[in-house]
Amino acid sequence: MRIDGALIAYLEDLSCLTLSEEEKTRLTGDLEKILGNMARLDGLDTENIPERSHPFDHVNAFREDEVRPSLDRALILKNAPGSGGEMFAAPKTVQ
Amino acid sequence: MLDMSALELSAAIKAGKLSAAEAAGAYIDAIEKTGNRHNAFLAVAKDKALARAGEVQARIDGGEALSPLAGVPIALKDNISVCDMETTCASEMLRGYKPVYSATAVERLEAAGMVIVGKLNMDEFAMGGSSETGVFGPARNPWDVSRVAGGSSGGSAAAVAAGEIPLALGSDTGGSIRQPCSFCGVTGIKPTYGAVSRYGLIAYASSLDQIGPIGRDMDDCAALLSVISGPDDKDSTCVIENPFGFDRPVSERLDGVNVGLPRNYFDGGIDRDVKRAVLAAAEELAAAGAAVEEFEMPLTEYVVPAYYIIACAEASSNLSRYDGLKYGYRSADAKTLNDVYRLSRSEGFGLEVKRRIMLGSFVLSSGYYDAYYKKALKTRALMKAAYDGLFKRFDILLAPVAPTSAYTIGENIDDPVKMYMGDIYTVSVNLAGLPAAALPCGFDGRGLPVGLQLIGQAFSEEKLAGAARVYQRRTDWHTRKPAGSPPTGGKTV
Repeated sequence: MRIDGALIAYLEDLSCLTLSEEEKTRLTGDLEKILGNMARLDGLDTENIPERSHPFDHVNAFREDEVRPSLDRALILKNAPGSGGEMFAAPKTVQ
Repeated sequence: MLDMSALELSAAIKAGKLSAAEAAGAYIDAIEKTGNRHNAFLAVAKDKALARAGEVQARIDGGEALSPLAGVPIALKDNISVCDMETTCASEMLRGYKPVYSATAVERLEAAGMVIVGKLNMDEFAMGGSSETGVFGPARNPWDVSRVAGGSSGGSAAAVAAGEIPLALGSDTGGSIRQPCSFCGVTGIKPTYGAVSRYGLIAYASSLDQIGPIGRDMDDCAALLSVISGPDDKDSTCVIENPFGFDRPVSERLDGVNVGLPRNYFDGGIDRDVKRAVLAAAEELAAAGAAVEEFEMPLTEYVVPAYYIIACAEASSNLSRYDGLKYGYRSADAKTLNDVYRLSRSEGFGLEVKRRIMLGSFVLSSGYYDAYYKKALKTRALMKAAYDGLFKRFDILLAPVAPTSAYTIGENIDDPVKMYMGDIYTVSVNLAGLPAAALPCGFDGRGLPVGLQLIGQAFSEEKLAGAARVYQRRTDWHTRKPAGSPPTGGKTV
């Protein structure tokens, strides 16, 4: 599959990334090769096969529905690059 | 002391022959003595480890019944959270990040009286097969420092092989415990999905990731797996009902065990010496009484693409949490909220992580979802069904771990497809959620270790470990040590 600048730009948006020119060149070639390899799956007949997103059929080990303490707010904020009072700090989004 | 197995070391501490602090000190000295020349350790927590060893010793002296691994030093792949200990995933994104809680596996190590000595190198966010993609430089193979240690748990395998630690934890999403074990000549187990809690394991691909042990032999690895396995209220996918016991007496024979050997794994791209070593292991299992029968492994040309589609899709979702706001790297140049997101992620992630996030975004995007992601999920269903059929015929499957021994640093890093194809024998195990053990089984012509894997049915770890123990009692590959490693016992090659 051909990867062009528009597709790279679209994937940058979806991925919330901004690539350098060097990264764009590199990843354009890489993605073409990798997706070419992935296209092998076209040769596999999967008609009427259900999708499997998990290794097993029983997927949940539920705990009792009881209220328990969670992490303390100060701890949650401890690794934040910016915080103010009881909240994460972010640039203003509304003027 | 450094020659003792982890189980022997704990027994010696309990018998008063040495203290837990002496054990921790000896291993920290061993790391310092090698100058961390394999770049296996990203951090050594000397003061914390010695203080912790003192606490464990007090519990032992007080008569508390602790686990068979009490007092044993251990180190952890740097994607496993330890409260207040820097946990970086070998990424600029998490440089300086100190989790405010510990992984469940870590809490269990601590309850068992083990002593955490430090954190180990890896591929960035566990994305890679060579431990070269991390921001702290490549982990080096103790058998030849110009070669990779394998990945992504390369630091864990290198540290054990170099005698810098008796036991380590790694994680395995598509072979990341088994392949570095094979490259470094050590033993490891990728547990059944749902056997070990993933709480506190920094996520790469949540339907595939599992934490598992890496050690010098299966006895030590089984003891460690019995410590960390078991249900956990904090991980609803941890469906195991009880921790593994591994308490069956060790047999000398494999009579009545049906072992399947995938004949097509030995055609084509496999290195001649790897093939020879693994087929010799099949003969050894047969000599121990196992009925070894060849079969054709289905779907081999499809598993690598299916795995990378699923893993990258899950990674693109999991890594969306790195937003420059809650924790992790924030760009100093960010002025707007959108800048915070985009610049922080662009500056904080390395190239391989960006490549996988973009691939994941692609296969999940409108117009491509059916052709890639949905197709991969159907391939996963076919692979799972194929394994279900195989385990009606066989108790265990014997396979190579990787097509080659360790390659040189930089050799494959610019060719992602070649790198990804190196996972051809390991990824189907993760797609099907199965357990697999990696064991040393010989050396190639350059003197580099070669590993085999034993694959079992879900939650058959006790049977797998039993077969592995029989193999290791009949062979001595797991006792070989690279020249220059600190322990003086065993054979030096």
